[in-house]
Amino acid sequence: MKRKHRRLIVVVVGMGLLGAATALALTAFKDNLVFFYSPSEIATKDIPEGRRVRVGGLVEEGSVTRLDDGLTVTFRITDLAEAIPVTYRGMLPDLFREGQGVVVEGRFDAAGRFTADEVLAKHDEKYMPPEVAEALKASGEWRGASE
Amino acid sequence: MIPEIGHFALILALLVALVQGTVPMIGAARGDGAWMALARPASLAQLACVGIAFAALMYSFVVSDFSVALVAENSHSAKPMLYKVTGLWGNHEGSLLLWVLILALFGAAVALFGRNLPAPLKARVLSVQAWIAVGFLAFLLFTSNPFLRLDPAPFEGRSLNPLLQDPGLAFHPPFLYLGYVGFSIALSFAVAALIEGRVDAAWARWVRPWTLAAWLFLTLGIAMGSWWAYYELGWGGFWFWDPVENASFMPWLAGTALLHSAIVTEKRDTLKSWTILLAIIAFSLSLLGTFLVRSGVLTSVHAFATDPARGVFILLLLVIAVGGSLTLYGLRAPKLKSGGLFAPISREGGLVLNNLLLTVGCATVLIGTLYPLALDMFGAGKVSVGPPFFNRAFGPIILAAVAVAALGPMLPWKRADLAAVLARLKFALVAAVVAVVAVWLATGGASPLPALGMGLAAWLFAAALVELGGRLKLFRAPLADSWNRARNLPRSAYGTTIAHAALAIVVAGVIGSQAWQTEVIVLMRPGDTVDVAGYDFTLVGVSDVTGPNYTARRGRFTVTREGRPVTVMSPEKRFYPVQGMPTTEAAIHSTWIADLYAVIGEPAEGGGWSVRLYYNPLVPWIWFGAVMMALGGVVSLSDRRLRIGAPVRRRRRPAVAVPRTA
Repeated sequence: MKRKHRRLIVVVVGMGLLGAATALALTAFKDNLVFFYSPSEIATKDIPEGRRVRVGGLVEEGSVTRLDDGLTVTFRITDLAEAIPVTYRGMLPDLFREGQGVVVEGRFDAAGRFTADEVLAKHDEKYMPPEVAEALKASGEWRGASE
Repeated sequence: MIPEIGHFALILALLVALVQGTVPMIGAARGDGAWMALARPASLAQLACVGIAFAALMYSFVVSDFSVALVAENSHSAKPMLYKVTGLWGNHEGSLLLWVLILALFGAAVALFGRNLPAPLKARVLSVQAWIAVGFLAFLLFTSNPFLRLDPAPFEGRSLNPLLQDPGLAFHPPFLYLGYVGFSIALSFAVAALIEGRVDAAWARWVRPWTLAAWLFLTLGIAMGSWWAYYELGWGGFWFWDPVENASFMPWLAGTALLHSAIVTEKRDTLKSWTILLAIIAFSLSLLGTFLVRSGVLTSVHAFATDPARGVFILLLLVIAVGGSLTLYGLRAPKLKSGGLFAPISREGGLVLNNLLLTVGCATVLIGTLYPLALDMFGAGKVSVGPPFFNRAFGPIILAAVAVAALGPMLPWKRADLAAVLARLKFALVAAVVAVVAVWLATGGASPLPALGMGLAAWLFAAALVELGGRLKLFRAPLADSWNRARNLPRSAYGTTIAHAALAIVVAGVIGSQAWQTEVIVLMRPGDTVDVAGYDFTLVGVSDVTGPNYTARRGRFTVTREGRPVTVMSPEKRFYPVQGMPTTEAAIHSTWIADLYAVIGEPAEGGGWSVRLYYNPLVPWIWFGAVMMALGGVVSLSDRRLRIGAPVRRRRRPAVAVPRTA
């Protein structure tokens, strides 16, 4: 085998692997991209039921209620223009509280209610998820430091 | 006074780095020995300056000098001493100072231990190292000065984020940085070699120990961070494919590839330009990781408050460093002569395949991490890429790499007979099949995929042992003969076996914990019992306790299995009044086969507490495997051939040599 042939084999194997990886990545992207919306966008957009989305905003003051089973929590996420109600069963992150920026991930059901299976608050109380900050800016309610 | 000394030392370090970056480089170009020789004292002086700055900041933290803004923001006089010390790097400015300190440490180590390096190469390596230091020192001084004063000084500090007040995380950043920054040496060697236009086996031999050291620290650093997330965040998981986690994982993948390709360059004098490219990529990914973590451009569950101006500066550094090295690479790499020929099926071929798989795997992680950023930049919407993407795109690639890792070490150099190697691996194949069937039956034949994964892990583990057995001629030669072989086998061979077997253990741990985790979220009153995967958790009671700088609600569970007591677990929910912040302290009982994991939550209005209980099978194997993998690195590093600064091996003296008189 000549040097050229050997190099060719390496290149072909490399290309094959890269192709396989691209195919894997693309198919994985198709099913697993989770789009982020602000409550205002949710109000205007028609999001198909059952599709996984993320919604970010502030936890509306006075909206957090625990149901009788002690595990299910309902609250509203707001960008101070629109708000959407969220149901979550499980334990909330330590830094979850009213007025705090959070991101929830879950699905809308047929009745338009949002059931979250993940609630993300941050490690640091000074931190605001960038999407939430932007959603607040978009709704004209940003009160933090300007950039 | 002390902080000013630190500040001054830092400015001095920048000036020293500027000199170190130019004079030896010019000296090397002109062949001027004296100019080149300046690199050594300069890098020692730089270490001294940065060391003084670091010590000054450390002093401010230890004595709680709240007139220093950084100390006031991140420390508190009531904090335990350990966290006063580690609070230094629990923030942006301090962690960058640690970054620079480690950079200077590595530079000084090359200056001290690289005695057998040719003078021009050493001068150039240290110059390039100095330029990296210039970038980071400028960043530190102009955008993130850790020595800024507060006037008037507050009476008390704001304390460190309680989540960071934890032994696991206290030592996570230093190890991670030892890894990240360690790759800077590989980059400096690569750039120096490109400038010289010469890469040979000796070059690869000098680069390998540094890469190996960086790699093993990074391995430990990632494991520590993952361990911290596991028990401190209370989510029962250890890896979330979060951007911040990926940021540390990508350099690890590239570094692992570099480690393997450098073997080919050293042993067979080929794959040179690829090895150089990998060295550049490994450090570029370290810089990218620093950028992603420090700039906050990506939404991360681990994100901390950030400042966009700093992000731009790191991005600039990234562009200069990566762009510069790659341009140099493009100009010089074609001139590197490639050496030995090899057949596709050979040790070289196996290592090339390893490299292809690792870099392609690294690329998928990179795409998944940066895709949301790219989409956002083009205004195409905000997305997040979650664990399912990485499991599906990265999983198959890395599993292929695991399968190949079993074969690689058994292939001879240049040309190999695959059939013969597979014949030697009969035992490993049997072990794999037994593992698949046993796991499949034990789990009730639910899904075949996890069982196949466990089979793959068994395959690699058994193959690592078979390979070592083959080298020792175990059971095929008299035992004494094998013992002799065992003593003479190079340590790096043991290192390979240990690291590969450890990889098998980690893979088994990851697959097992993903496939068979049991999670129970339930409301419990004292006296209630809940069954979790055959373990009965009984909530005995909940009480309030007081710690040094926090108060806590502590639950008490007794755990029994088939009536026999197993353990008592006490998870806590802590509240840190200084920062007004609660944290979760999960209680974990490890049985070596599985972890029992309990978290106590909020009280419910009608009485009782919400609790979260997990049965996490094989999770302890992940930590054990990661430490063992790093141990493999240590063993390999202790190989005489690679030992840093070791003189060229001399011929063994005759046994009757007369001992020299002292």
